[in-house]
Order: sequence, then structure tokens, then C-alpha cells
Amino acid sequence: MVKPSSLQKTLSKGVKLTSAMAVESGDEDDLSINEQAISASEDEEGSDDERKHKKLLEAISSMGGRKRKKQSERSEASVQVSEFFVNAEGTGEKVNISDLLGTVEKTSGAANKTKKQLRNLQNSKGTLALPLNKQQTEKIQRGIAYEKTTKEVSCWQNIIVQNQKAEQIVFPLNQESLGPKQVEQVVAGWKAQTPLEQEIFRLLHSNSHPVNDPVLTPVEEASLKAMSLEEAKIRRAELQKTRALQSYYEAKAKREKNIKSKKYHKIQKKGKRKEFLKQFEEMVKTNPEGALEELKKMELSRMEERMSLKHQNSGKWAKSKAIMAKYDDSARKAMQEQLQMNKDLTQKIVVPSDDEHESNEEGLETVPDFVNDPEPIIDPVNPWMRVQLTHEEPEVSCVTTDEPQTAEQENEEEELIGEFERKRKLRQADEEDLIPTEEQKPESEVVEEDVVEVSDKEEEEEEEDEEEEDVSEFNTLFRLMRNEKTLEEDEEGLLNEGQIRVRNIEDLEILDEDVDPQPIVDHGEQISIIKEAFAGDDVISDFIKDKRKQEAAGKPKVVDLTLPGWGEWGGVGLKPSRWKRKRFRIKMASSPPRQDRKLPDTIISENRNTSIASHQVSQLPFPFQNTAQFESCIRTPIGQTWNTQGVVKKMTKPKVITKLGAIIAPMVKEDFINKTTTSAGKGPAIMLGENKRANKGREWSSAKHQGRRGSQKRKKQQT
Amino acid sequence: MAALVPEVLTSTHVEKMNKKKPPKRYWEETENTDQRRPEEEQGTAVQNQNKSTVKERSLKRKNGESLEKKDPFSGEAPIPHKQLQKFQRGEKYKVPAGARQRLKEAIISSEAMSELAQKQAARYDLLLPEDAGFLEGDEDEDTNTISQDDIADAADITSGSKYFNLHLSQFGPYRLDYGRTGRHLLVGGKKGHVACIDWQSKDLMCEMNVMETVNDVKWLHTEAMFAVAQKRWLYIYDSKGLELHCVKKFNDVLRMQFLPYHFLLATASATGFLQYLDVSVGKEIAAICTKMGRLDVMSQNPHNAVIHLGHPNGTISLWSPNQKEPLVKILCHRGAVRSLTVDKTGTYMVTSGLDRKLKVYDIRAFKPLHSCFLPAGASCLSLSQRGLLSAATGDIVQVYQNVLGSSPVSKPYMAHRLQGQIWGLAYCPFEDVLGIGHGEGFTSMIVPGAGEPNFDALDTNPFRSSKQRQEWEVKALLEKVQPELIGLDPGQLSKVDQASFEQRHKEHVEALGFDPLAKDKFKPKTKKKGRSSAGAIEKRKRKVAHEDQRDKIRQTVQERTERDKEQKEKSNEKKNLGNKSTLDRFRK
Repeated sequence: MVKPSSLQKTLSKGVKLTSAMAVESGDEDDLSINEQAISASEDEEGSDDERKHKKLLEAISSMGGRKRKKQSERSEASVQVSEFFVNAEGTGEKVNISDLLGTVEKTSGAANKTKKQLRNLQNSKGTLALPLNKQQTEKIQRGIAYEKTTKEVSCWQNIIVQNQKAEQIVFPLNQESLGPKQVEQVVAGWKAQTPLEQEIFRLLHSNSHPVNDPVLTPVEEASLKAMSLEEAKIRRAELQKTRALQSYYEAKAKREKNIKSKKYHKIQKKGKRKEFLKQFEEMVKTNPEGALEELKKMELSRMEERMSLKHQNSGKWAKSKAIMAKYDDSARKAMQEQLQMNKDLTQKIVVPSDDEHESNEEGLETVPDFVNDPEPIIDPVNPWMRVQLTHEEPEVSCVTTDEPQTAEQENEEEELIGEFERKRKLRQADEEDLIPTEEQKPESEVVEEDVVEVSDKEEEEEEEDEEEEDVSEFNTLFRLMRNEKTLEEDEEGLLNEGQIRVRNIEDLEILDEDVDPQPIVDHGEQISIIKEAFAGDDVISDFIKDKRKQEAAGKPKVVDLTLPGWGEWGGVGLKPSRWKRKRFRIKMASSPPRQDRKLPDTIISENRNTSIASHQVSQLPFPFQNTAQFESCIRTPIGQTWNTQGVVKKMTKPKVITKLGAIIAPMVKEDFINKTTTSAGKGPAIMLGENKRANKGREWSSAKHQGRRGSQKRKKQQT
Repeated sequence: MAALVPEVLTSTHVEKMNKKKPPKRYWEETENTDQRRPEEEQGTAVQNQNKSTVKERSLKRKNGESLEKKDPFSGEAPIPHKQLQKFQRGEKYKVPAGARQRLKEAIISSEAMSELAQKQAARYDLLLPEDAGFLEGDEDEDTNTISQDDIADAADITSGSKYFNLHLSQFGPYRLDYGRTGRHLLVGGKKGHVACIDWQSKDLMCEMNVMETVNDVKWLHTEAMFAVAQKRWLYIYDSKGLELHCVKKFNDVLRMQFLPYHFLLATASATGFLQYLDVSVGKEIAAICTKMGRLDVMSQNPHNAVIHLGHPNGTISLWSPNQKEPLVKILCHRGAVRSLTVDKTGTYMVTSGLDRKLKVYDIRAFKPLHSCFLPAGASCLSLSQRGLLSAATGDIVQVYQNVLGSSPVSKPYMAHRLQGQIWGLAYCPFEDVLGIGHGEGFTSMIVPGAGEPNFDALDTNPFRSSKQRQEWEVKALLEKVQPELIGLDPGQLSKVDQASFEQRHKEHVEALGFDPLAKDKFKPKTKKKGRSSAGAIEKRKRKVAHEDQRDKIRQTVQERTERDKEQKEKSNEKKNLGNKSTLDRFRK
């Protein structure tokens, strides 16, 4: 008996199997399944799956032009159909494929493919393996998924390691270079989408138009860059210079404008005039036309001056000054100046090419100018006379008029200095009178020639200080000791490592002194004095004692824990027994050998310097295995005091730099993949319109498309 | 190179080889390096060569003939071996075999960096163009017979003007101190006269009489301030002579030393106290009672900022502000120590005592190198930046050369007689000048070859402007070294502290005065209804008593039981295997 339900079961199982296989086969099938789902949802928004399916089937069948096949009703193959129970007849029986085949071939509606499949099934002897149970399939799936994700994630591994090892990372990672960009670079992200664009690009490619060639060769580009930079620099420098000059000029003008000193302006004018004269002289030689023009100008100014009453001491101000001039020196000077100005301006200009008689004429011409001058006063003390003097020699410039004043000042200064000197001399004489104790230095000491002589000036006898006296006393004592007791020298062996006598001037001196018999009066007495003096000064033994004490203090002590009376009799005069001492006296471990054990005349403190310990590294940092490694790694200082500037900068380079205000986006896979490819130099030159990524995208989408188509096919088969 | 040295020089009797060095020429260096190159820079050179040959070959292959011009000076400019050695810091560490990746990378990168630093420093050594001066006599002429006047006449005007005398006979013997840049001079007369001078321009900055005995004068970190140890207290004045501070914590000061990088003023007093004053914050850092009597001999080791004191019993003691006892004590002389000085590198110490000996010590090993006998003894000693020793013997100042070598010297390099007894000696930094303070005033003496010719403009710039000085001051204060870091070994900081945890904890507890890890003692709560009786409290206390010990005991007991169990099992097995008696068959 044929049981369509069981058939359905087997079919569905087959589907299930394939779906399980799909996971293994990869992307496409997955996608196809998805597509199926999507299409179904697109078609209808019905609730029941089966109904949808039925409808779909109907629609498909109606599309076919052939006559409508009647849908065979599915019915339970049992004799008695009851709504109260399910008939379980024939449960024990197995369904043979031959049974199925027989029915299928009879039915006309069945698809050829299913028939084929059934036939194949019949031919194949082996039984189908049981599908894996849920847990196992899930495990396998998990395993596959894990592998896939690891593969996906592991491509990040390189870049991560690279970044970890990098000395410095600058965020954001892919910063765009500043400056103008080329069209190709801008266009790189854009691809042809519309058919028109595509057409155009196809044409371009087919014509082998140089789309791939960049507009500029790298060399050209570099030169362009350099040029622009240099130009920019030059331009900037120029701008800076002009700006600076402008500001200087402005500042100067402002400053000069604010200066109220008349003297300053006077000097300034004088300087200008001088310069002008110089220029004029030059002009006469080089550019006579220009000189002529200048001459004309000067003539004009002279005319103006002669016409006007300016500078003639006739104005209001001049009159007021004239009143003041009697008492005020400055007012007088001001008036003089004005007159001088008039003189200068009205003076006829001397042209070097002119003849002598002309100059004579000029002299004649100047005569009437005296009319403007104040009337000469006979009094020789009167300062106005000076004006007259200047008038007599009009060629003398303003500087010469100033000169007598400065000379006067100088005279005053000289007088002052002379006075001071006189006073000083007086004072010195007084001092000399006061100090009569001066005397010439005795020349007796200057026996030897090789002593550098100090200039022979007067010298005061100096009273010696206490200490120096002591020193000299000690010296004499020592000398005696050396003469008398050579035994002491043996003791000194501890301290002296090869005495060498210095042969020099002083030696000679001492020899001389030694020859003199005067200091040694009575040996016995003096020796006793010396012994007294050095009674407490047994320096060496004191030092040795001190050292022993230190050593003893440094040695670990025995801890005595014996208690009298425990386990035996106690009392005055009783010592704890030997076994008790052995048992309760704890010996500590011996300390390391002292640093100064081989230096008899040195005591080195064994105390640990605890103050520095808080600044020291107390635990070995991570990658290092012993202290030598770590210490060698930090042995080079990084400060500016010990290194050159460049090295300091390199050593103290920050590990991470973030650009201020820039958004730091997470890394994108394409970025570093592209980077690696371009860095390897395999990447082609810029492709107009279609870059690599776009290509890839297309491939991917096409695959997707295929997948969808495939899935649709499969769907059809199922139906 | 040898040909360049004139032969005349070799025949002069004065120690010429050390003195006269012909100026460096670039071709000498290149010659040298060319000779050495195969040995020294084998690695790089060979690599370079290899590269070039490969290139050539490839070119040949392409074009059939070598087109490339060969660069005669290919590769980096070579650095002479001597210069490289000068800047070497420690030995290169090789990557141990079988080291892990991270370790390997760390070592390699640090080595590369230190090598780069060394190379760059050696390269920049080129920027130190100045050479030291020297004095050279004619044949059969001792250099010590050349008088200062002759030198001043022979030298150029500016150098000649560095020999001058200040006749200040009124206010007694003078102590002196030069500023760190060597431009400013501070003199203090015993009878109260204090003056500071810009000695090169002879510009008097200030002059005053403090109307008290002056024991010592010292510049502080800049020329804007100086300390004067007066009869009772320590005073600090500014460069205008204005009294800024009177530090009454520091009394009876006899000698002072200023530690420039720590901003510490160390003073030794007549009462036997060694005190440290931090001049940047004005705080007393340490006051140590040395118990050695009057301290009138003092010096500092510029290498590690340790203070050396000389004592009347012939010993010299080394002190740091962190220890109350001397770091080292050396017995140097049979008589009292009169003077001592330490060289710039902190390697040598020169002492003189009442036994009229002059001794040179290696203070890294605390071993005497040699000693010599000076008939008059040396009352003052001073070492210059380039290692010239000046000793004041009576009224004569003698300058010795090559004292710091292993061989003793026999005669002085220079000598100069002064009037009156010498009270202070100091070399001017970066100048060939020795300042002498004596009873008749001050003498500036020219000593060719005394000063370091090249200065570090970022540290001690003699030509700095006031603005630069201010900037330097700020930077120096920021880089101030803490007094805790003073010790015999200045490189201690770069070493790993090997002390055990217990020891460190003990020290920590000592420093803090309490144990930060100690647990609070258990205090039982007071309960009501008679449950807080003495007995109950005691019971509750007993519950938590010896908690740590209990843990231990519990652990040991557990271990022991386990061990017993194992043993039992083992023995059982053994029994089962080995001791099968005939009666075992009857066992069920």
C-alpha cells in the first residue's frame, strides 16, 4: 500500500539533509535560503505556510498552457476514517520503494525527476545513514562557525601586532595629505553606475585611451611640490619682511613724532641738510640735470625766505624772546638760531663751477642781510657779540657754533678733575703723615733667584693670626722630630706610600735654616715638650680603636635566651650550665664581609642608604629576566643635559599622537588591506572609475545574484 | 700626524707632549679613522661595501658597463674611536641566547638608542673648538721662574689684564669665591669687608663692611645672591649688598660649600655641626653632629655632592645629608688636616696636613696614590678644572701639573710670591686664572691651562644675559636634584633595589614611625545583659586570638595528616605485595 504521507516524510528528510549540507557548502546556499524566505514574504502576507504553498503551486500550474490537472486530494489511506481516533493500521509494515515506484509511474502528475530519484534509490543498495542528532549537528556547526570567524578575525592579527610594536602611532590612522589633489584621486571612490556612464567607460577602455596614465609623472609631481613650497617660502619671507619693515617704519615715525626735544630735531635737520649737500655734490658730478633742478628749488626757497619776514626776529615770539634774552641764556640761543636759519636760507648758493667774482658778488649780496640783525652792542661780555662773530664767518656750520659751548663744558670738567686731584693729594699726604710705621721689606729672604718677585711696593708688617702661629710652631716641632727621632718614621709606614721630597725654592730655604744652629737650644727639653703636645694625639691607635669598635658593632650578636633558675639552681655567682647555654644561645648568620677589610686606614659605613630606596626600582619589570638586563637598558640617560637635541626628541617620542579635534574612527578592514597591497607595490596605477574595491564589490554582488537565481531554481524543483 | 708636530718641541725640557697639542685638522682625523676603520667599524663598513657592490653588479648586468660614479666618501662620516669612547656609557649588553621575543626587542631597541645617543654626542663633540692654554719655557728654563708680569706682558691685552692685584690691606686676609660661570668674584675680608666684583670688567657690584668677623663667603646658585658666614650667624645678601636673610639656625659657621644641582648650602661650624640649607625653599634639610670638634676644613666632591671634612686628628670624613654617621672615614695625616680638595671628576682627592705632607687619594677605592713632602706644608689647596693643583705654602703659591697621575711630581709648574699670608685659593672656572686671597688683598694670577676651554652654554654660560640667567634659573629649579639622592655612588638610582621585602618593610616602618600593614587589635563589642562580663570578653577574645598562627597550624596539621595517610597507603601496599605469609590464604 502506498502511503503518501510517508513519502512526504522521506522527501522532507531529504530537504533537511540538503539544508544541513548547505551550511557546509558555504555562502551561496545560505543566501539562497535567505532569498527563499524573502521571496515568500514578498509574495504574500498570509498566516499559514501550507496555504501559501498551495496557492503558489496553483499559480504555477495555471501559468502552464496545458490543461488543468486536477489536484489529487490527499487522504488518509485507511478504511475507517474517524474523527475520534487515528488508525494505526500497517504501522509495523515497511514501505518498499518498489511500491512507491509502482504508484508513481501510474500517476501522471508526478515529476520526472522524482521518478528518477526513486529509481536511483531503488538501484542503490546501501541504506541511508541516520541523520545526526541535534547536539552533534550543532557542535559541528559551531566548529565550522568558529573556524570561519577565526579566519575572519585572524586577518586583523598582523595589523594589531604591527601597531603594538610600532614606536609611534598617529591617530587618525589614514590622514589625508594636505594640499591639492589630483582628479584621479578624487574620482577614485566613484564608479560608473548609470548605463550611460558605463557605455562611456567601455568606449574609453576599448579605444585604449590613456586612462590609466596619471596626469603627472612622480618626478614632475615632486618637482611641482618642491617648486610650490619654495615659492611659498620665498613669498612668505617677502611678506614677512615687508610687514616687519612697515611696522618698524611706523613705530619709528610714531616715536619721532612724539619727540619734543628741539635739539633733537635740530640735529636731525642738520643731518638731513648735510646729507642733502653730499647728495647734491654727487649729483653735480653724475646727474647735472637733477642738480640743476635741485638748485632751482633751493633758489625758490631762498626767494621765499627773502620775501617773507620769517626768521627775522620780528614776530611775536621773537619779541617776547628778546625781552627774555637779557636774563635767559636759552632764549638768547633760540634767537640766534633763528637768525642763523635766516642767514643760511638767504645765502646765495655757491656753484662750484662759478667764477670768483660771482662769489664776491655773493659776499656783497650778503651784506644787506645784516640789516635784519639786532644792533650790535659794544659790551664784550654780552653774548650777542658771539652772534656777530658767527656772522663774520658765515661758512661755519651749526656744529662750529656749538663748539665753544662744549669746549667750555670740557674746561669745567677739567677744572673739577684738577680740584679732585688736588684734594686727593692733600688727603694722601695727610695719611702718610698719620702712618709713620711704614718700612721697607727686608730683602734677606730674597736669596734665591727663581722666586717670582712681586713688585717692590711698600708693605705693612702684618700681625700673624693665631692659627698661623700654631702652624709655624708645629712646623718647628716637626722639624725637630725629624732630626731627632727617625724611629717614628717606621710607624708612619702605615700612612706613607713612598715619600718624595719636593725639590724647590722652599727646600733651599729650609736647608738654609737647617744650617743655622740657632733654633736648636736643648734637644732633651724640646722633645719632652713635643711629647706633651702629642700626648693625646696618638692618631693611629685612636683610629684603629675606632675601626675595631665599628667592626664589632657591625657583627651579628648572639642572642642569649637563658633564664636563670630554670631547670637548675639559680642565684648569685651561679652560671647556667653548658647544655643550657648551647640550647638557648642563638647564633645569627654572619654578615657579609666588610668593604674596608683590606683598607687599614679607612672605615666605610655599612649602613644601607635607605633614603634612595624609595626612588629605586624594587621589582624587575616584565620582559627582563635579571637585573643586569634591566640596568643595561636604562643606563643611557634621556635628559637634555647629556644628549643632543635630536636624540632627546627621539627618545622621548610619545607612543600615541592624536590630532587635536579629529575624529578617530575605528579601523576599517579595507584600509589596511589596501595599504598592504599598495605598499607591496603590486597595486596598479590609478584606474579611472573602477578601483579595486569596486571590482570586488561587483564580483560579490554578482555572486549574490547567482545565488539568488540558484535558490529560485531549487525552489522550483521542490515544487 | 707625527710629522706635524714640530721637532723643536720634543727637545724642550718642559713636559711638552702634554702641553702643546697642534690644533686639530680635519685631514688628520680622516687619516686616523681611515686607518682604524677596518678594525672598528667593520660591521657598517662591510655592509656598506656589500650594498654598493650589489648595486654595481646589478647595473653591470643591465647595461653591460658600470655607469654609476663611485662616491669617494660613501656612507656616514666616520667617528674617531677616541671620541666614541669618550661618550660610552657602560658596556653593551648582548642579547642572551634563548631570550624571549619581547626581551629581545627591548634589549635591541635600547641598545640601538644608546648607540645612537653615543654617536650623536661624539659627532657633536666637533662643536667644542677651544683648546686649553699652556706655558712653555725656553731651553734650560723652568716654567716656575717665569713671573706673572712677564706672562701678562707676553699675552694679549685681554689675557694680560687678568693678572691684577687688589690692595686691600685694611681688612685682613681675604676669603674668595668665584661664581659658577666664572664672571663674578666674591671676596670677604676677615675684618668684615665683603665685595662682589664682575672681575673681568672690573665692575664693582657691591661693597660693604658687615662690621663683624667674616669666616667665609660663598655664591649661591646665581650671582644674585651670596652667603656670608659671619661671627655668629649665617647671612644671605643679594648682589646689591642688601641683607636678605639672617639664618639663626646656622651659628658659628666656619666654612661653606654650595651644591649647585641640589641647591644646598652645606655649612661646617665651630661647634662641630654639619648643616644643610636648601636655598630653593629656605629649609634646613639636615643637621648632623659630627662629634669631631671644630670643622674648619671642608670641600665638596662635585661628582656625587658628598661633603669632605678634615679633622684635627688627621682623618677625613665623607658626609651625605642622609646619614648621621660618616659614609667613609680615612686616616690621612699624622697631624691635623689643613686643607683638602677634590677634583672635578670625583676621582682624586688631594690633602695636606700639619705633618707637611701632600697626599693624593683615589677616592673611588679610598687608596692613597702617592704622597710628597712639602717643606712648609700647604695651608690651602685648590684643583682646577683641568687638574692643576695649586698649593699655598707660606706666602708662595705653587702650581703643580700632572699631580693626579700615578707618578709623583718633583717640581712646580708655576710659582708666585705674595705679601702676607694666604687665606683663600680658588680657580676661576673657564678661565686660566687663579684667585688668591691674602693678607694684603686679592691677587688674580694667570695660570695657563687651568680652565676648561669649552663651557656648556645651557648650564654655565659666562656670557649669558640676565634674561638667559632667569630662564636658566627656572630650568635649574625644575631639574633640582633631591637631597635624598646624595650618596657615594651617584648611579645608585639606576640600579634595582635588591633588598628583601622584610628589610624594606622594616625601613619603611622606621621611616614612618608605625607599621602600615599591622592589623588593628581586636576589640570585643560591649554587650548587655551581663554578657560583657570580664570572663565573656576574654572568651570572645580567645576566639580570634592568634588567627594567623592558627591558619598556619591548620595547614601544617592538614599536611601532616595527608602525609600520614599516604605513608599508610604505601605501607599497606608494600604489605600487600611483599609480606604474604602462608597464613594469608586463610584470610577471607
